[in-house]
Amino acid sequence: MQDFYREMIIERYKSPHHKGTLDPNDFSFEDDNPSCGDHIRIDVRLDEDNRVVEALFSGEGCAISLASADLLLESIIGKKVDEVKAISKQDIIDMLGIELGPVRVKCALLSLKVLKAGAYGLGEDISP
Amino acid sequence: MSSEIDIPALDIEGIKRDFPILGRELGSDVTLVYLDSAATSQKPEAVIGAMDEYYRRHNANIHRGIHTLAEEATALYEGARVKVAAFINASQPEQIIFTRNATEAINLVAQSWGRTNLEAGDRILLTGMEHHSNLVPWQMLAAERNLELDFIPVTPEGLLDLGTYSELLERGPKLVTFTHMSNVLGTINPAKEIIQLAHKAGAITLVDGAQAVPHIPVDVTDLGADFYVFSAHKMCGPSGIGVLYGRRDLLEAMPPYMGGGDMIKSVTLRSFRPNDLPHKFEAGTPAIAEAVGFGAAVDYLSGLGMEAIAEHEQRLITYALERLSEIPGLKVFGPEAAQKGGVASFVMEEAHPHDVAQILDFDGVAVRAGHHCAQPLHDQYNIPATTRASFYLYNTPEDVDRLVKGIYRVKEIFG
Repeated sequence: MQDFYREMIIERYKSPHHKGTLDPNDFSFEDDNPSCGDHIRIDVRLDEDNRVVEALFSGEGCAISLASADLLLESIIGKKVDEVKAISKQDIIDMLGIELGPVRVKCALLSLKVLKAGAYGLGEDISP
Repeated sequence: MSSEIDIPALDIEGIKRDFPILGRELGSDVTLVYLDSAATSQKPEAVIGAMDEYYRRHNANIHRGIHTLAEEATALYEGARVKVAAFINASQPEQIIFTRNATEAINLVAQSWGRTNLEAGDRILLTGMEHHSNLVPWQMLAAERNLELDFIPVTPEGLLDLGTYSELLERGPKLVTFTHMSNVLGTINPAKEIIQLAHKAGAITLVDGAQAVPHIPVDVTDLGADFYVFSAHKMCGPSGIGVLYGRRDLLEAMPPYMGGGDMIKSVTLRSFRPNDLPHKFEAGTPAIAEAVGFGAAVDYLSGLGMEAIAEHEQRLITYALERLSEIPGLKVFGPEAAQKGGVASFVMEEAHPHDVAQILDFDGVAVRAGHHCAQPLHDQYNIPATTRASFYLYNTPEDVDRLVKGIYRVKEIFG
């Protein structure tokens, strides 16, 4: 049980590496977790090849939701937008390295939901 | 409140044994400390047993059946109504309408009384501390009928601003609706005074008693409430059944809310005549076993005495606020103990409410984290969420100690 709040998660929560906003950005999206009022916004900057150069998050949330946002954004630097779209729920759970119940899994997945919504919105903008 | 001499102290250890779930172990050597009764209470053996007995011996559909079981089931169902009426001192059992819960009771009034009596430009006066259940139904009606909503503000201490209330009454609201006890702040509002002022201003009143009826003595006749709603599951009863109490003349004049069986006197292909109270508002087969369980819950609470329960919770919240105030970086919302029931909602500097609740759960302490269906109130305090510990008759000072110990563990992990 103690493993749940692994040092890495607490560290990321207290001193995230990817917190902030980007202006200008190539896409930005935000959303809430209605069950707890958590709110996350993610801003992403891309290069000419559609690869992520920089990604920052802002908002409020629990240790699980903010640590997973930080880990997620770290993992997408250098990735193409299509690869970002392919990130799965399991990828997030593997990054956190803990078992999550049905309630807390929503905390962990909020940032992925926001990031994907932003990435797909970008796709629609580009398509004719 | 009466002096302590009048009220025998409750035998809490005995009460704990009445609730089978409270003996549950959650892991090796981790016993449950249940501090989430504002969400739903646990159920005593008497309630579980009554429902079990009903299904084993009496189960049948109620009212028109002629056979023995149907008569027994009807007597049990209607008997529960009589018990509930007596519990809140309603003058007649027909004034007790069984609904699914307090939320449905409010929706019933909004849709039936509201649609009949309110028209464009009419005002409804609410408060800033309502549960979403006593806010959204009025927002829906206001959108449909072009009504205006006003709100009695909540002071920083967590009390209703009664000075502003008097001013808002001058706008001539048709309905004043408020929570008897806040599910977040624990504030017990001066219901009788609020109702009297509303009546002087010519308004009808609806009181959300979901948090009050389980915890303090409530006398709807003395309060003078026009409508009063509550849920069984927060007062040791089962989920799936709640109450709309209404003034008889108002209920008589209201059109049915849902159509179906049991709510009619007679039906032709193109018309129906609605049934008498309370059946007019109870379309379809109701929650019969739940009513039986509800009746048993009311008997259980009456047996212990609501005065004694309120007194016990008052002692607990006083102790809890004292202990919580000693913790650095922790802030409790709501008024001082004397003005509230057994609810302590708090935030910690170090950790988000979800994390606090999670770590407390490791120690078997069950609390709730979130906005507790009162988002506007949290917005007012500029916080997304709180951790809420809520107490009931089966909680002890040792439970408070376990809570405090768990909070120090949060500080250790996040420190």
